[in-house]
Amino acid sequence: MSGYAYIVGAFEHPTRRAEDKSVAQIHGESAKGALADAGLSFDDVDAYFVARDGPGVLGGIGMAEYMGLTHLRHLDNTETGGSAPLVMAGHAARAILSGRCRVALVTMGGKSLTGDPKRMMPDQYGAPELPFEAPYGINTHAIYAMAAQRHIHEFGTTREQMSWVKVAASHHAQHNPNAVLPKVVTVEEVSESPMIADPLRRLDCCLNTDGGGAIVVVGEEIARSLNRPMIRIRGAAEALKHQDGGRSGFTWTAGRDSAARAFAEAGVTHADIKYASVYDSFTMTVIITLEDLGFCEKGKGGAFVSDGNLISGVGKLPVNTDGGGLCNNHPGGRGGIPKLVEAVRQVRGEAHPKVQVPNCDLVVAHGTGGFITSRGGSCTMILERTR
Amino acid sequence: MSERKVPAPELNPEIEAYFAAADEGRLLIKACTNCGEAFHYPRALCPFCRSERTEWREASGKGEIYSFTVLRRAPIPYAVASVQLAEGPRMITNIVDCDFDSLRCGLPVRVVFKPSESGPAVPMFTPEGEPA
Ligand SMILES: [Zn+2]
Repeated sequence: MSGYAYIVGAFEHPTRRAEDKSVAQIHGESAKGALADAGLSFDDVDAYFVARDGPGVLGGIGMAEYMGLTHLRHLDNTETGGSAPLVMAGHAARAILSGRCRVALVTMGGKSLTGDPKRMMPDQYGAPELPFEAPYGINTHAIYAMAAQRHIHEFGTTREQMSWVKVAASHHAQHNPNAVLPKVVTVEEVSESPMIADPLRRLDCCLNTDGGGAIVVVGEEIARSLNRPMIRIRGAAEALKHQDGGRSGFTWTAGRDSAARAFAEAGVTHADIKYASVYDSFTMTVIITLEDLGFCEKGKGGAFVSDGNLISGVGKLPVNTDGGGLCNNHPGGRGGIPKLVEAVRQVRGEAHPKVQVPNCDLVVAHGTGGFITSRGGSCTMILERTR
Repeated sequence: MSERKVPAPELNPEIEAYFAAADEGRLLIKACTNCGEAFHYPRALCPFCRSERTEWREASGKGEIYSFTVLRRAPIPYAVASVQLAEGPRMITNIVDCDFDSLRCGLPVRVVFKPSESGPAVPMFTPEGEPA
């Protein structure tokens, strides 16, 4: 395969609380937004990508029916948790480059705030790990807290360093009119917020919102025909991690493998990257992930995020300039779409002027899906503006 | 202090022996007689060499905390941990019968068994030195 695929449409649904909408509707409205952003129509779509947040047993087909997609010749329902839209945008690029399709639509939608929480998670019946985890009351907080605890133990990462991640997110969120938490917070406020799951405090945890979004990927010929900035996917790679029979450690993610492959494919170095969207389910997720991405050595993530280093206009690596999952949006328990959308805004030069990174021609978007210490999938995508 | 209700594990033929033993107060671990490696969670096929020649072994029940957390906001707070067993593999579990504020990574622990709701007892751990 040669050449590049391009992201021509990106849309983050503005809702954060969708009591008046169905999940299918959020997917559909998001698709409409992304296609309008690209200057394409539903009838142009010949490939559809959605993870298990597509409602129903045959979620992909069900959503194709809902949206009236009748020209599909490629379908992909890869599930890696919150990173899935990034993973599938990468798959879309490959499907386009191999000639399987021309216009690929990726949607995500969920109602983890106002929906039925008991029905949020798919039925786990038959999962081989379930008898060895469910009795112990494992939940997302516990799983991420154990990663944080071990990182602190091994590397001496501090309370204050973790808090800086949230402080940076809040500095960005103040400029985002859709952000759930637009108020700037201090290191002290984060460090003194109530303990949820040691060492994670309330302000270490991301939001729970309703919402979604969509992405449109096309080949070069169609991208040139559209009156939009040309944003090519210069590198994209996924990787997964599980407990490996009880050997796997807690202080790294599959991102170390996805990042190595994506940077190699892109042929760029970390110094070239102007902006990074980094999945921020918890403050510590960002610290661990920045290490895995290669922006600093393993164990040095705490120092890296300190003193405003992630704040646009202040630090060396602006991260999550929309306010991230910590302050802006974490729709349906899946933060991948807002990550990719903000990366596209930045590389197009369409981010909020207060947070837009100057000369932002090369960015990275990274998703961490699933459960950081047990099992999940990561995706690293490197985007470049060529027009 | 009242104890958190422990959901019963969903049993299947592949892992019934593990919970039958736990119900009798014994911790089993699966090991592979082909490559010699022990692993957790237990399964019929070795995840390292894919041999079917796997067998149940009685574990020492000793280990140390690899990592842990305390779910402070639960109606009855409880500690979740990953315990590195003396036999090598790590397992997700609870730490019980102790002062949660005394927990730390590296703390030696030993197995105890706690009843589940209308199911077999499940293995949990307590710091070494705590009264049985
Ligand atoms: Zn083996």
